[in-house]
Amino acid sequence: MTTSTSKSTYLLGLVRALPFVIVVVPFAMLFGVVATEAGLPILQTMAFSMLVVAGASQFAALQFMSENAPVLVVLASALAVNLRMAMYSASITPHLGAAPMWQRVVISYFLVDQSYAMSTAEFEARPAMTLREKLAYFAGVSTPICPLWFGSSYLGAVLGDQIPPDSGLDFAMPIAFLAMVAPALRTPAHIAAAFVSIVLALGLFWVPLNLGLLLAALCAMMVGAEIERRMA
Amino acid sequence: MNYTDAQIWGIIVAMGVGTFLIRFSFLGLIGSRPMPPWVLRHLRYTSVAILPGLVAPLVLWPAATDGQPDLARLAAAGVTVAVGYWTKGVVLAMLSGAATLYGLQYVIG
Repeated sequence: MTTSTSKSTYLLGLVRALPFVIVVVPFAMLFGVVATEAGLPILQTMAFSMLVVAGASQFAALQFMSENAPVLVVLASALAVNLRMAMYSASITPHLGAAPMWQRVVISYFLVDQSYAMSTAEFEARPAMTLREKLAYFAGVSTPICPLWFGSSYLGAVLGDQIPPDSGLDFAMPIAFLAMVAPALRTPAHIAAAFVSIVLALGLFWVPLNLGLLLAALCAMMVGAEIERRMA
Repeated sequence: MNYTDAQIWGIIVAMGVGTFLIRFSFLGLIGSRPMPPWVLRHLRYTSVAILPGLVAPLVLWPAATDGQPDLARLAAAGVTVAVGYWTKGVVLAMLSGAATLYGLQYVIG
């Protein structure tokens, strides 16, 4: 493994992630806007974005905080939104688990929806990738995403109420996630899993702490795996 | 919002630590130890099992419209999935979805 190929793999990841600028920027700005409108000073808004780095849970926390929910309720609800990332962690382990501990710590910090989804899609499409190439690719996709998340949160916090909250910025995240998942619907097993995920997530939406989504995801993974096993 | 400064910092730090530990869980503890094939088979479906379910309520019941289904958002989601599925292009799918959303919002007003 030469340095030049991992460098080009890094650049490949970086270039592939660049288009996500158009969704990360508005979504992070929206967080900055909503957080300052809810009364958080800029320092705390930035601490949120830089320590948590998970948009959906940051919005969930703000939502509960603006309702003055007990601290433990805020934490439980917001962290439950992030439990899906334990599945990301498990799912990326066969690819990156052999990296040294300090690298796994760094990867964990940057393991957001976009870096996870783009990396595993690439790792599965090119099984011959070495560990170094995989690490380089992951670093590449994380490079534009995470700093932009921080910078745009700041911009949103500073600009504050100059941005109308109903300007469609809320839909940046759904569009980004759908755009990432649609090309991954490669086989009947993938399509069935996605279908089960949607139906059960909607049907179990009433389950508290966002746990319906986790149940839906577990069932969807079982359906996908079972179809793959039968078709093999 | 009715919290002391210390409570807010507590929430932020606890969420940061908790989220990190969730992300670190398997990557940190399992590392390079091999996992059985049936586990790997399940894990291959993680992203298609989570992202659609995560997004579905946001598409059908957007908070920005107080949970009322919204034509522009539904159409944008449909276009994004269709373009992404048939062209396999993530970027093209996002741009088509965003164009649909803003186009329809502009037309409908």
